[in-house]
Amino acid sequence: MRQTIVDKIWAAHEILAREGSSLLFVDRHLLHEGSHHAFDKIGAAGRKVRHPELTFGVADHYAPSSELRANAASATMIERLSANTARHGIGSFGLGDARRGIVHVAMPEQGLTLPGLVIVCGDSHTATHGAFGAFAFGIGASEVAHVLATQALWQKKPPAMRITVTGELPFGTTAKDLALHIIGRIGTGGATGHAVEYAGAAISALSMEGRMTLCNMTIEMGARSGIVPPDETTFAWLRGRPMAPKGAAFDRAVQSWKALRSDAGADYAREVVIDAGEVAPMVTWGTSPEQVAPVTGAVPEPAAGGDAEALDYMGLSGGESLSEIPIDRGFIGSCTNGRYSDLLAAARVLAGRRLAVPLLVSPGSSEVARQAEESGIAAIFRAAGAEWGMSGCSLCVGMNGDRVQAGERCASTSNRNFRGRQGPGARTHLMSPAMVAAAALSGRIADVRAMELAALPEAAESFEAARAGS
Amino acid sequence: MQPFTTVTGPGVVLDRDNIDTDQLIPARFMKRSRTEGYGDQLLRDLRFDEDGEPDPAFPLNRLAEPPVLMVAGKNFGCGSSREAAVYALVDHGIRVVVAASFADIFRGNAGKNGLLTIALGDAERARLVRFVERERASAELGRLTIDLETQTIAGEGLETIEFDIDAGLKRRLLLGLDELSETLEDEPMITAFETRHFAERPWVVPANR
Repeated sequence: MRQTIVDKIWAAHEILAREGSSLLFVDRHLLHEGSHHAFDKIGAAGRKVRHPELTFGVADHYAPSSELRANAASATMIERLSANTARHGIGSFGLGDARRGIVHVAMPEQGLTLPGLVIVCGDSHTATHGAFGAFAFGIGASEVAHVLATQALWQKKPPAMRITVTGELPFGTTAKDLALHIIGRIGTGGATGHAVEYAGAAISALSMEGRMTLCNMTIEMGARSGIVPPDETTFAWLRGRPMAPKGAAFDRAVQSWKALRSDAGADYAREVVIDAGEVAPMVTWGTSPEQVAPVTGAVPEPAAGGDAEALDYMGLSGGESLSEIPIDRGFIGSCTNGRYSDLLAAARVLAGRRLAVPLLVSPGSSEVARQAEESGIAAIFRAAGAEWGMSGCSLCVGMNGDRVQAGERCASTSNRNFRGRQGPGARTHLMSPAMVAAAALSGRIADVRAMELAALPEAAESFEAARAGS
Repeated sequence: MQPFTTVTGPGVVLDRDNIDTDQLIPARFMKRSRTEGYGDQLLRDLRFDEDGEPDPAFPLNRLAEPPVLMVAGKNFGCGSSREAAVYALVDHGIRVVVAASFADIFRGNAGKNGLLTIALGDAERARLVRFVERERASAELGRLTIDLETQTIAGEGLETIEFDIDAGLKRRLLLGLDELSETLEDEPMITAFETRHFAERPWVVPANR
């Protein structure tokens, strides 16, 4: 039978099958502070962690982006993670560790995410790791406990869905715009329960960071996972990462990873074809990521799908131009758009200008922050008047001290515009990092394509050239 | 896990799509341990206003008796994988959620905590909604009986609704079985698999830990 890449990874990890489900071996189990329920469960039963060397923790959800907003309750959650991981001999990146960052930024950076692995984490955005050709998905606390104790997980094989993106992304658009465009097209239930595989020229052309953004947002289509088969871009990005295999071991691994692609003629339960050329800078107007339109568009009338409840919550009326909507603040960060290239794209817009409204930047990891300091783009954010925060989930999820106030409107690079996600009553507009920068400069949602980009300082350009060449 | 055989009680209708787990349990309430309970925070920001006053118009606030069944629209439980969303429902007394469709991770979490999730087609779901709404309008709350063994939802004056469920999940729910204790019986197979897997793919164990 002709197999998809997920079929191949599945077959290589199936320990046994029963009642229509498979017990899959888990190669990487990633933990954050939310793992406390699972540790309590195995603790109560007196169970051990089966493979601490395949398990990694990191403090991200409750990590404060500023000492000023740090609080005792969040600190307790972080200490609990340290205590639980230490008790079971699990390596964990706590506050102050140079490797720390958002789990879906820091773990790939350390070379822990590799092609062909089965990767799970008690976080829905685990789909991010599919960018490397891994089969990666989010799980709940009971499943986390199950993996801690057995290094395996019962799963029903998800039906396969292929999203082929042809052509080329136009000037001023990014993987984030592509993701929002796809979600707008197929809906938040458009891939429910499916293992999505990305294909096509526009996908091959994406950087690893762009692929991570796209796979990350795949959960917002309802998918179980998103995957991009590994290629030379993947292998080049992984070579030399701290915990990736080294030297001849790496070369042998690459030989094996090259076989990780779907067979011609493999079967997909669903196929979608997207023309990248049609993608524009996208902005959400409602309380679900599918409530999205190009920045040149308008908020739909309730009669035309403009969800009256969402419009009421967002304080918008049908027919309003998106680019007329004033904003109160901006946020750049999250597991979706907190990587170096995301910050660089925003810095190109901000260079030499001053913000009209407050902007919080939380780099996706301490390593991203270090690179941004070294290249000089952190200085660009500061000069523009932005707050340069510490790394963590920050304003993407109102649980660590960062919060948008009730009724405030935030232009955000995060992944969910749900009611109350950034704080009770907060109004979120999702968009790309460059679009958030443009909005924060204008004080309203703005089309970044209309803005002139200042040249970056030479240090930042040469840093980027060296980075791209590595 | 509490076994699920038959449950009887009133229902509640939350007739909207995309009820995400951030609404079911806002992130700021997730620091609690399991034993502290999550029921009082279920749908917190929809049930209460900024001052903590209950919204009298919200369906869950209009019931004299806590419901055992909730009916909702499409894509129920989407978003964050937080199992606390299931804890909030279960701790509030809800044992069954009926929806047009469910998000994947939520549905898995539900099954592991004795919360039955039932996906129904539009016509049957509409019949159930009508039943709950009609009963709520009358003086006494109508009671629904959800029987897992026969896979039915019944109520006085309601044409009995049949539902589908995965056979393995049904068995575990009926017996209140924990998946983990079952898996541990297969431990020798896991060990055998690992020996082969690590030999064939040495990179699975990270370098320089």
